[in-house]
Amino acid sequence: MAAIRGNGTIHAYRRENGRVGVRNHVVILPLDDISNAACEAVANYIKGTMALPHAYGRLQFGADLNLQFRTMIGTGANPNVAACVVIGIEPGWTQRIVDGIAETGKPVVGFSIEQNGDINTVAAASRKAKEFVHWATELQREECSISDLWISTKCGESDTTTGLGSCPTVGNMYDKLIPQGIYGIFGETTEITGAEHICKARAINEEVGERWYAVWKAYQNEVIEAHKTDDLSDSQPTKGNFEGGLTTIEEKALGNLEKIGRTCRYIDVLEPAEAPKSGHGLYYMDTSSAAAECVTLMAAAGYVVHTFPTGQGNIVGNPIVPVIKLSANPRTVRTMSEHIDLDVSGILRRELTIDAAGDALIDMVVRTANGRNTAAEALGHREFVMTKLYRSA
Amino acid sequence: MTIPQLLVHDNKDNVGVVCVEGLTAGTDMLCVVTADDSSFHLTARDDVPIGHKVALKDLAAGDTAVKYGEDIGKIVADVKKGCHVHIHNLKTKRW
Repeated sequence: MAAIRGNGTIHAYRRENGRVGVRNHVVILPLDDISNAACEAVANYIKGTMALPHAYGRLQFGADLNLQFRTMIGTGANPNVAACVVIGIEPGWTQRIVDGIAETGKPVVGFSIEQNGDINTVAAASRKAKEFVHWATELQREECSISDLWISTKCGESDTTTGLGSCPTVGNMYDKLIPQGIYGIFGETTEITGAEHICKARAINEEVGERWYAVWKAYQNEVIEAHKTDDLSDSQPTKGNFEGGLTTIEEKALGNLEKIGRTCRYIDVLEPAEAPKSGHGLYYMDTSSAAAECVTLMAAAGYVVHTFPTGQGNIVGNPIVPVIKLSANPRTVRTMSEHIDLDVSGILRRELTIDAAGDALIDMVVRTANGRNTAAEALGHREFVMTKLYRSA
Repeated sequence: MTIPQLLVHDNKDNVGVVCVEGLTAGTDMLCVVTADDSSFHLTARDDVPIGHKVALKDLAAGDTAVKYGEDIGKIVADVKKGCHVHIHNLKTKRW
Protein backbone atom coordinates (compact mmCIF):
# COMPACT_ATOMS: atom_id res chain seq x y z
CA MET A 1 0.00 0.00 0.00
CA ALA A 2 1.12 3.55 -0.70
CA ALA A 3 2.19 5.71 2.22
CA ILE A 4 -0.76 7.24 4.02
CA ARG A 5 -0.73 11.02 3.77
CA GLY A 6 0.91 12.42 6.90
CA ASN A 7 2.16 8.96 7.87
CA GLY A 8 -1.16 8.05 9.36
CA THR A 9 -1.66 11.18 11.42
CA ILE A 10 -4.76 13.31 11.25
CA HIS A 11 -5.62 16.63 12.86
CA ALA A 12 -8.86 16.36 14.73
CA TYR A 13 -10.69 17.15 17.98
CA ARG A 14 -9.98 14.91 20.96
CA ARG A 15 -13.08 14.96 23.16
CA GLU A 16 -13.51 14.75 26.92
CA ASN A 17 -14.05 10.96 26.76
CA GLY A 18 -10.97 10.35 24.60
CA ARG A 19 -12.90 9.82 21.36
CA VAL A 20 -11.76 11.71 18.25
CA GLY A 21 -14.09 13.92 16.21
CA VAL A 22 -13.43 15.42 12.79
CA ARG A 23 -16.06 18.19 12.96
CA ASN A 24 -16.85 20.66 15.71
CA HIS A 25 -20.60 21.17 15.59
CA VAL A 26 -22.71 22.96 18.19
CA VAL A 27 -26.00 21.11 17.79
CA ILE A 28 -29.50 22.25 18.73
CA LEU A 29 -31.32 18.95 19.19
CA PRO A 30 -35.10 18.66 19.36
CA LEU A 31 -36.45 15.93 21.65
CA ASP A 32 -39.56 15.68 19.51
CA ASP A 33 -41.16 16.87 16.28
CA ILE A 34 -43.03 19.76 17.91
CA SER A 35 -39.78 21.23 19.27
CA ASN A 36 -38.26 21.56 15.78
CA ALA A 37 -39.48 25.15 15.40
CA ALA A 38 -37.77 26.35 18.59
CA CYS A 39 -34.53 24.58 17.64
CA GLU A 40 -34.57 26.07 14.16
CA ALA A 41 -35.21 29.53 15.65
CA VAL A 42 -32.14 29.18 17.90
CA ALA A 43 -30.01 27.94 15.00
CA ASN A 44 -31.17 30.81 12.80
CA TYR A 45 -30.33 33.31 15.53
CA ILE A 46 -27.01 31.96 16.85
CA LYS A 47 -24.54 31.59 13.99
CA GLY A 48 -22.31 28.55 14.12
CA THR A 49 -25.02 26.28 15.49
CA MET A 50 -27.07 23.68 13.66
CA ALA A 51 -30.59 22.43 14.37
CA LEU A 52 -31.40 18.78 13.66
CA PRO A 53 -35.15 18.71 12.97
CA HIS A 54 -36.79 15.29 12.72
CA ALA A 55 -40.23 13.77 12.50
CA TYR A 56 -40.75 11.77 15.71
CA GLY A 57 -40.41 11.61 19.47
CA ARG A 58 -44.01 11.58 20.67
CA LEU A 59 -46.02 8.61 22.00
CA GLN A 60 -43.40 6.05 21.15
CA PHE A 61 -43.01 3.08 23.48
CA GLY A 62 -41.03 -0.10 24.05
CA ALA A 63 -38.22 -1.01 21.67
CA ASP A 64 -39.22 1.80 19.30
CA LEU A 65 -38.85 4.39 22.06
CA ASN A 66 -35.55 2.88 23.16
CA LEU A 67 -34.27 3.20 19.60
CA GLN A 68 -35.46 6.82 19.47
CA PHE A 69 -33.57 7.65 22.68
CA ARG A 70 -30.50 5.73 21.52
CA THR A 71 -30.49 7.65 18.26
CA MET A 72 -30.96 11.06 19.89
CA ILE A 73 -28.43 10.50 22.67
CA GLY A 74 -25.94 8.88 20.28
CA THR A 75 -26.19 11.81 17.90
CA GLY A 76 -25.49 14.35 20.64
CA ALA A 77 -22.73 12.15 22.04
CA ASN A 78 -20.98 11.74 18.65
CA PRO A 79 -17.42 13.15 18.82
CA ASN A 80 -18.16 15.39 15.81
CA VAL A 81 -20.43 17.35 18.16
CA ALA A 82 -18.59 19.75 20.50
CA ALA A 83 -21.58 20.81 22.56
CA CYS A 84 -25.33 20.33 22.48
CA VAL A 85 -28.50 22.20 23.42
CA VAL A 86 -31.56 19.95 23.76
CA ILE A 87 -35.08 21.39 23.50
CA GLY A 88 -38.20 19.32 24.23
CA ILE A 89 -41.85 19.91 24.93
CA GLU A 90 -41.55 18.70 28.54
CA PRO A 91 -38.63 18.41 30.96
CA GLY A 92 -38.66 14.66 31.76
CA TRP A 93 -37.63 13.11 28.47
CA THR A 94 -35.57 16.23 27.63
CA GLN A 95 -33.45 15.59 30.72
CA ARG A 96 -33.12 11.91 29.79
CA ILE A 97 -31.47 12.98 26.51
CA VAL A 98 -29.28 15.54 28.30
CA ASP A 99 -28.14 12.96 30.89
CA GLY A 100 -27.27 10.46 28.18
CA ILE A 101 -25.17 12.95 26.24
CA ALA A 102 -23.55 14.28 29.44
CA GLU A 103 -21.91 10.88 30.03
CA THR A 104 -19.38 11.89 27.36
CA GLY A 105 -18.34 14.87 29.50
CA LYS A 106 -19.19 17.40 26.78
CA PRO A 107 -21.22 20.56 27.51
CA VAL A 108 -24.94 19.88 27.16
CA VAL A 109 -28.02 21.58 28.56
CA GLY A 110 -31.76 21.08 28.13
CA PHE A 111 -34.74 23.44 27.86
CA SER A 112 -38.43 22.58 27.88
CA ILE A 113 -41.27 24.52 26.34
CA GLU A 114 -44.33 23.80 28.54
CA GLN A 115 -44.99 26.69 30.95
CA ASN A 116 -42.45 28.80 29.03
CA GLY A 117 -43.65 28.95 25.43
CA ASP A 118 -41.47 28.96 22.34
CA ILE A 119 -40.31 32.58 22.65
CA ASN A 120 -38.93 32.40 26.19
CA THR A 121 -37.45 28.98 25.49
CA VAL A 122 -35.73 30.23 22.35
CA ALA A 123 -34.33 33.23 24.25
CA ALA A 124 -32.90 31.12 27.07
CA ALA A 125 -31.59 28.41 24.75
CA SER A 126 -30.02 31.03 22.47
CA ARG A 127 -28.00 32.51 25.33
CA LYS A 128 -26.64 29.06 26.18
CA ALA A 129 -26.01 28.21 22.51
CA LYS A 130 -24.03 31.43 22.13
CA GLU A 131 -21.85 30.47 25.10
CA PHE A 132 -21.26 27.05 23.55
CA VAL A 133 -20.26 28.62 20.22
CA HIS A 134 -17.67 30.85 21.91
CA TRP A 135 -16.30 27.85 23.77
CA ALA A 136 -16.30 25.42 20.82
CA THR A 137 -14.71 27.84 18.38
CA GLU A 138 -11.65 28.12 20.61
CA LEU A 139 -11.06 24.35 20.57
CA GLN A 140 -8.04 23.41 18.47
CA ARG A 141 -7.47 20.44 16.23
CA GLU A 142 -4.61 18.33 17.50
CA GLU A 143 -2.50 15.52 16.13
CA CYS A 144 -4.30 12.19 16.31
CA SER A 145 -3.82 8.86 14.56
CA ILE A 146 -5.84 7.57 11.63
CA SER A 147 -6.42 4.55 13.90
CA ASP A 148 -8.55 6.82 16.12
CA LEU A 149 -11.14 7.06 13.35
CA TRP A 150 -14.47 5.24 13.34
CA ILE A 151 -15.38 4.87 9.65
CA SER A 152 -18.80 3.63 8.52
CA THR A 153 -20.01 2.52 5.11
CA LYS A 154 -23.26 2.09 3.25
CA CYS A 155 -23.79 2.28 -0.52
CA GLY A 156 -26.73 3.77 -2.40
CA GLU A 157 -28.37 4.01 -5.81
CA SER A 158 -26.17 1.06 -6.60
CA ASP A 159 -25.63 -0.32 -10.05
CA THR A 160 -23.31 -2.93 -11.46
CA THR A 161 -20.40 -0.49 -11.31
CA THR A 162 -20.62 -0.35 -7.52
CA GLY A 163 -19.93 -4.09 -7.34
CA LEU A 164 -17.10 -3.72 -9.85
CA GLY A 165 -15.48 -0.56 -8.55
CA SER A 166 -16.65 1.64 -5.70
CA CYS A 167 -17.66 -1.08 -3.20
CA PRO A 168 -14.40 -3.06 -3.62
CA THR A 169 -12.58 0.27 -3.12
CA VAL A 170 -14.20 0.63 0.31
CA GLY A 171 -13.41 -3.04 0.99
CA ASN A 172 -9.78 -2.41 0.15
CA MET A 173 -9.73 0.56 2.53
CA TYR A 174 -11.12 -1.62 5.35
CA ASP A 175 -8.63 -4.41 4.58
CA LYS A 176 -5.85 -1.84 5.08
CA LEU A 177 -7.24 0.24 7.97
CA ILE A 178 -9.00 -2.35 10.17
CA PRO A 179 -5.61 -3.97 11.00
CA GLN A 180 -4.37 -0.50 11.98
CA GLY A 181 -7.01 -0.28 14.70
CA ILE A 182 -9.94 1.67 13.27
CA TYR A 183 -13.58 0.84 13.97
CA GLY A 184 -15.55 -0.05 10.81
CA ILE A 185 -19.23 -0.84 10.31
CA PHE A 186 -21.59 -2.09 7.61
CA GLY A 187 -25.28 -2.96 7.70
CA GLU A 188 -28.26 -3.01 5.29
CA THR A 189 -29.97 -6.21 6.41
CA THR A 190 -32.35 -6.37 3.41
CA GLU A 191 -29.51 -6.03 0.98
CA ILE A 192 -27.58 -9.05 2.14
CA THR A 193 -30.36 -11.26 0.75
CA GLY A 194 -28.74 -13.50 -1.83
CA ALA A 195 -25.32 -13.22 -0.21
CA GLU A 196 -26.28 -14.32 3.30
CA HIS A 197 -24.14 -17.47 3.05
CA ILE A 198 -21.09 -15.30 2.31
CA CYS A 199 -21.88 -12.75 5.02
CA LYS A 200 -22.44 -15.41 7.66
CA ALA A 201 -19.06 -16.94 6.81
CA ARG A 202 -17.30 -13.58 7.24
CA ALA A 203 -17.97 -13.43 10.99
CA ILE A 204 -14.99 -13.74 13.32
CA ASN A 205 -16.40 -17.03 14.67
CA GLU A 206 -19.42 -19.28 14.40
CA GLU A 207 -21.23 -17.74 17.37
CA VAL A 208 -21.13 -14.24 15.83
CA GLY A 209 -22.08 -15.68 12.43
CA GLU A 210 -25.12 -17.39 13.95
CA ARG A 211 -26.16 -14.16 15.68
CA TRP A 212 -25.85 -12.34 12.37
CA TYR A 213 -27.90 -15.00 10.61
CA ALA A 214 -30.63 -14.76 13.26
CA VAL A 215 -30.89 -10.99 12.63
CA TRP A 216 -31.11 -11.51 8.88
CA LYS A 217 -33.65 -14.33 9.23
CA ALA A 218 -35.80 -12.29 11.61
CA TYR A 219 -35.98 -9.54 9.01
CA GLN A 220 -37.07 -12.05 6.35
CA ASN A 221 -39.76 -13.48 8.61
CA GLU A 222 -41.07 -10.37 10.33
CA VAL A 223 -40.88 -7.82 7.53
CA ILE A 224 -40.56 -9.49 4.13
CA GLU A 225 -42.95 -12.39 4.73
CA ALA A 226 -45.46 -10.11 6.48
CA HIS A 227 -45.52 -7.38 3.85
CA LYS A 228 -43.94 -8.71 0.69
CA THR A 229 -44.96 -7.74 -2.81
CA ASP A 230 -43.40 -8.80 -6.08
CA ASP A 231 -39.80 -7.49 -6.06
CA LEU A 232 -40.74 -5.35 -3.02
CA SER A 233 -42.70 -2.85 -5.14
CA ASP A 234 -39.57 -1.77 -7.02
CA SER A 235 -37.94 -0.87 -3.71
CA GLN A 236 -35.42 -3.70 -3.59
CA PRO A 237 -33.91 -3.38 -6.16
CA THR A 238 -35.00 0.22 -6.78
CA LYS A 239 -35.93 1.89 -10.05
CA GLY A 240 -32.49 3.50 -10.01
CA ASN A 241 -30.85 0.09 -9.57
CA PHE A 242 -32.75 -1.22 -12.61
CA GLU A 243 -31.70 1.82 -14.66
CA GLY A 244 -28.10 1.06 -13.70
CA GLY A 245 -28.36 -2.56 -14.85
CA LEU A 246 -28.93 -4.36 -11.54
CA THR A 247 -31.69 -6.92 -11.97
CA THR A 248 -32.14 -8.96 -8.79
CA ILE A 249 -31.64 -8.63 -5.04
CA GLU A 250 -29.08 -11.46 -5.18
CA GLU A 251 -26.96 -9.51 -7.67
CA LYS A 252 -27.33 -6.33 -5.62
CA ALA A 253 -26.36 -8.10 -2.38
CA LEU A 254 -23.21 -9.62 -3.86
CA GLY A 255 -22.07 -6.18 -5.03
CA ASN A 256 -23.01 -4.59 -1.70
CA LEU A 257 -20.91 -7.09 0.26
CA GLU A 258 -17.80 -6.11 -1.72
CA LYS A 259 -17.60 -3.22 0.80
CA ILE A 260 -16.15 -5.47 3.48
CA GLY A 261 -13.12 -6.41 1.46
CA ARG A 262 -11.34 -9.72 1.36
CA THR A 263 -9.63 -10.24 4.70
CA CYS A 264 -11.38 -8.41 7.55
CA ARG A 265 -14.05 -10.17 9.56
CA TYR A 266 -16.86 -8.62 11.60
CA ILE A 267 -16.50 -9.11 15.34
CA ASP A 268 -19.98 -8.25 16.64
CA VAL A 269 -23.59 -7.67 15.58
CA LEU A 270 -25.19 -4.43 16.79
CA GLU A 271 -28.76 -3.25 17.26
CA PRO A 272 -29.69 -0.12 15.28
CA ALA A 273 -27.80 2.92 16.70
CA GLU A 274 -26.00 0.75 19.28
CA ALA A 275 -22.43 1.81 20.06
CA PRO A 276 -19.74 -0.85 19.60
CA LYS A 277 -18.44 -2.38 22.84
CA SER A 278 -16.02 -5.07 21.67
CA GLY A 279 -12.99 -2.94 20.83
CA HIS A 280 -11.61 -1.97 17.45
CA GLY A 281 -12.53 -3.91 14.34
CA LEU A 282 -15.39 -4.32 11.87
CA TYR A 283 -19.01 -4.43 13.09
CA TYR A 284 -22.36 -5.30 11.58
CA MET A 285 -25.41 -3.17 12.43
CA ASP A 286 -28.99 -4.26 11.75
CA THR A 287 -30.21 -1.35 9.60
CA SER A 288 -32.54 -0.51 6.78
CA SER A 289 -30.89 -0.04 3.40
CA ALA A 290 -32.47 3.41 3.02
CA ALA A 291 -29.47 5.75 2.92
CA ALA A 292 -30.47 8.51 5.31
CA GLU A 293 -31.83 6.10 7.92
CA CYS A 294 -28.73 3.94 7.81
CA VAL A 295 -26.19 6.79 7.96
CA THR A 296 -28.15 8.39 10.82
CA LEU A 297 -28.00 5.12 12.81
CA MET A 298 -24.27 4.69 12.21
CA ALA A 299 -23.61 8.31 13.23
CA ALA A 300 -25.62 7.69 16.40
CA ALA A 301 -23.38 4.69 17.16
CA GLY A 302 -20.41 7.08 17.20
CA TYR A 303 -18.95 6.81 13.69
CA VAL A 304 -17.31 10.06 12.54
CA VAL A 305 -16.58 9.59 8.81
CA HIS A 306 -18.82 7.79 6.31
CA THR A 307 -17.71 6.28 2.99
CA PHE A 308 -20.56 6.02 0.49
CA PRO A 309 -20.13 4.21 -2.83
CA THR A 310 -22.77 5.13 -5.39
CA GLY A 311 -23.47 4.01 -8.93
CA GLN A 312 -26.38 6.05 -10.25
CA GLY A 313 -25.74 8.93 -7.89
CA ASN A 314 -27.31 8.90 -4.43
CA ILE A 315 -26.88 12.42 -3.04
CA VAL A 316 -27.39 11.75 0.69
CA GLY A 317 -25.53 13.57 3.45
CA ASN A 318 -25.68 13.74 7.22
CA PRO A 319 -25.74 16.81 9.47
CA ILE A 320 -22.91 15.76 11.79
CA VAL A 321 -20.88 13.20 9.82
CA PRO A 322 -19.06 13.96 6.55
CA VAL A 323 -20.29 11.52 3.88
CA ILE A 324 -17.61 10.81 1.26
CA LYS A 325 -19.11 9.83 -2.12
CA LEU A 326 -17.22 7.67 -4.53
CA SER A 327 -18.38 6.37 -7.88
CA ALA A 328 -16.99 4.12 -10.60
CA ASN A 329 -19.73 4.98 -13.09
CA PRO A 330 -18.27 7.41 -15.68
CA ARG A 331 -21.74 8.69 -16.64
CA THR A 332 -22.55 9.56 -13.02
CA VAL A 333 -19.15 11.17 -12.49
CA ARG A 334 -19.77 13.29 -15.58
CA THR A 335 -23.43 14.21 -15.09
CA MET A 336 -23.40 14.60 -11.27
CA SER A 337 -19.83 15.68 -10.64
CA GLU A 338 -20.82 18.10 -7.87
CA HIS A 339 -21.86 15.15 -5.70
CA ILE A 340 -18.76 12.98 -6.15
CA ASP A 341 -15.71 13.33 -3.89
CA LEU A 342 -13.70 10.50 -5.43
CA ASP A 343 -13.86 9.35 -9.05
CA VAL A 344 -12.83 5.69 -9.35
CA SER A 345 -14.24 5.17 -12.85
CA GLY A 346 -10.70 4.32 -13.98
CA ILE A 347 -11.37 0.87 -12.51
CA LEU A 348 -13.84 0.17 -15.34
CA ARG A 349 -11.26 1.24 -17.94
CA ARG A 350 -8.67 -0.99 -16.23
CA GLU A 351 -6.51 2.11 -15.71
CA LEU A 352 -6.90 2.05 -11.91
CA THR A 353 -6.42 -1.01 -9.71
CA ILE A 354 -8.62 -1.68 -6.68
CA ASP A 355 -5.46 -1.38 -4.57
CA ALA A 356 -4.68 2.10 -5.92
CA ALA A 357 -8.34 3.13 -5.58
CA GLY A 358 -8.28 1.99 -1.94
CA ASP A 359 -5.22 4.16 -1.32
CA ALA A 360 -6.97 7.12 -2.97
CA LEU A 361 -9.97 6.62 -0.69
CA ILE A 362 -7.76 6.47 2.41
CA ASP A 363 -6.19 9.72 1.25
CA MET A 364 -9.66 11.27 0.89
CA VAL A 365 -10.63 10.00 4.36
CA VAL A 366 -7.53 11.66 5.83
CA ARG A 367 -8.23 14.94 4.01
CA THR A 368 -11.85 14.84 5.15
CA ALA A 369 -10.83 14.10 8.72
CA ASN A 370 -8.44 17.05 8.56
CA GLY A 371 -11.30 19.35 7.62
CA ARG A 372 -12.00 19.13 3.89
CA ASN A 373 -15.75 19.55 3.44
CA THR A 374 -17.36 16.78 1.41
CA ALA A 375 -19.61 17.40 -1.57
CA ALA A 376 -22.64 16.58 0.59
CA GLU A 377 -21.53 19.10 3.23
CA ALA A 378 -20.90 21.83 0.66
CA LEU A 379 -24.29 21.18 -0.95
CA GLY A 380 -26.09 21.32 2.40
CA HIS A 381 -27.22 17.69 2.60
CA ARG A 382 -28.19 17.23 6.25
CA GLU A 383 -30.53 14.26 6.14
CA PHE A 384 -31.31 13.25 9.72
CA VAL A 385 -33.85 10.45 9.56
CA MET A 386 -35.15 8.27 12.37
CA THR A 387 -35.69 4.55 12.00
CA LYS A 388 -39.22 3.75 13.23
CA LEU A 389 -39.92 0.18 14.31
CA TYR A 390 -43.73 0.41 14.56
CA ARG A 391 -46.67 2.81 14.93
CA SER A 392 -46.69 5.14 17.90
CA ALA A 393 -49.26 4.73 20.67
CA MET B 1 -4.03 -1.64 -21.84
CA THR B 2 -6.89 -1.39 -24.31
CA ILE B 3 -10.13 -0.30 -22.67
CA PRO B 4 -12.56 -3.24 -22.43
CA GLN B 5 -16.25 -3.00 -23.30
CA LEU B 6 -17.32 -5.81 -20.98
CA LEU B 7 -16.16 -6.84 -17.50
CA VAL B 8 -16.78 -10.29 -16.03
CA HIS B 9 -16.24 -10.90 -12.31
CA ASP B 10 -15.48 -14.62 -12.30
CA ASN B 11 -14.63 -17.40 -14.73
CA LYS B 12 -17.79 -19.27 -13.65
CA ASP B 13 -20.03 -16.35 -14.67
CA ASN B 14 -22.45 -16.62 -17.60
CA VAL B 15 -23.19 -12.88 -17.72
CA GLY B 16 -20.87 -9.85 -17.99
CA VAL B 17 -21.31 -6.11 -17.45
CA VAL B 18 -21.05 -3.45 -20.16
CA CYS B 19 -18.57 -0.86 -18.88
CA VAL B 20 -18.70 1.74 -21.66
CA GLU B 21 -21.44 4.15 -22.74
CA GLY B 22 -23.27 3.80 -26.05
CA LEU B 23 -22.47 0.16 -26.84
CA THR B 24 -24.21 -0.83 -30.08
CA ALA B 25 -25.22 -4.20 -31.53
CA GLY B 26 -22.48 -5.69 -33.65
CA THR B 27 -19.61 -4.36 -31.53
CA ASP B 28 -16.73 -6.79 -31.13
CA MET B 29 -16.28 -6.47 -27.37
CA LEU B 30 -13.01 -6.96 -25.50
CA CYS B 31 -14.12 -8.81 -22.36
CA VAL B 32 -11.91 -8.92 -19.26
CA VAL B 33 -12.37 -11.26 -16.30
CA THR B 34 -11.46 -9.17 -13.26
CA ALA B 35 -10.60 -12.22 -11.11
CA ASP B 36 -7.51 -13.09 -13.17
CA ASP B 37 -7.26 -10.41 -15.89
CA SER B 38 -7.84 -13.02 -18.61
CA SER B 39 -9.67 -11.79 -21.70
CA PHE B 40 -11.79 -12.93 -24.64
CA HIS B 41 -13.89 -11.41 -27.38
CA LEU B 42 -17.67 -11.48 -27.81
CA THR B 43 -19.97 -9.77 -30.31
CA ALA B 44 -22.80 -7.71 -28.79
CA ARG B 45 -26.16 -8.58 -30.36
CA ASP B 46 -28.15 -5.72 -28.77
CA ASP B 47 -27.58 -2.05 -27.99
CA VAL B 48 -26.84 -2.32 -24.26
CA PRO B 49 -26.56 0.62 -21.83
CA ILE B 50 -23.57 1.01 -19.53
CA GLY B 51 -23.88 -1.15 -16.43
CA HIS B 52 -26.30 -3.60 -18.01
CA LYS B 53 -25.57 -7.28 -18.53
CA VAL B 54 -24.84 -9.40 -21.59
CA ALA B 55 -25.16 -13.20 -21.86
CA LEU B 56 -21.79 -14.89 -22.36
CA LYS B 57 -23.50 -17.97 -23.82
CA ASP B 58 -26.97 -19.07 -24.91
CA LEU B 59 -29.19 -19.21 -21.81
CA ALA B 60 -32.56 -20.99 -21.63
CA ALA B 61 -35.57 -20.28 -19.43
CA GLY B 62 -35.01 -22.10 -16.15
CA ASP B 63 -31.23 -21.64 -16.21
CA THR B 64 -29.46 -19.95 -13.32
CA ALA B 65 -27.68 -16.67 -14.04
CA VAL B 66 -24.21 -16.65 -12.49
CA LYS B 67 -22.24 -13.52 -11.56
CA TYR B 68 -19.46 -13.16 -8.96
CA GLY B 69 -19.39 -16.96 -9.36
CA GLU B 70 -22.74 -16.97 -7.51
CA ASP B 71 -26.44 -17.51 -8.25
CA ILE B 72 -28.10 -14.16 -9.03
CA GLY B 73 -31.50 -15.48 -10.14
CA LYS B 74 -33.36 -17.47 -12.78
CA ILE B 75 -33.56 -16.90 -16.50
CA VAL B 76 -37.28 -16.59 -17.41
CA ALA B 77 -37.00 -16.18 -21.20
CA ASP B 78 -34.41 -17.64 -23.59
CA VAL B 79 -31.42 -15.34 -24.21
CA LYS B 80 -28.90 -15.69 -27.04
CA LYS B 81 -25.18 -15.27 -26.45
CA GLY B 82 -24.31 -11.55 -26.76
CA CYS B 83 -27.85 -10.35 -25.93
CA HIS B 84 -29.06 -8.04 -23.16
CA VAL B 85 -29.91 -9.71 -19.82
CA HIS B 86 -32.17 -7.69 -17.52
CA ILE B 87 -35.63 -7.58 -15.92
CA HIS B 88 -37.28 -8.86 -19.14
CA ASN B 89 -35.49 -12.23 -18.94
CA LEU B 90 -33.99 -12.53 -15.42
CA LYS B 91 -35.84 -12.71 -12.11
CA THR B 92 -34.91 -13.15 -8.45
CA LYS B 93 -35.40 -16.55 -6.85
CA ARG B 94 -36.36 -14.77 -3.60
CA TRP B 95 -39.42 -12.69 -2.79
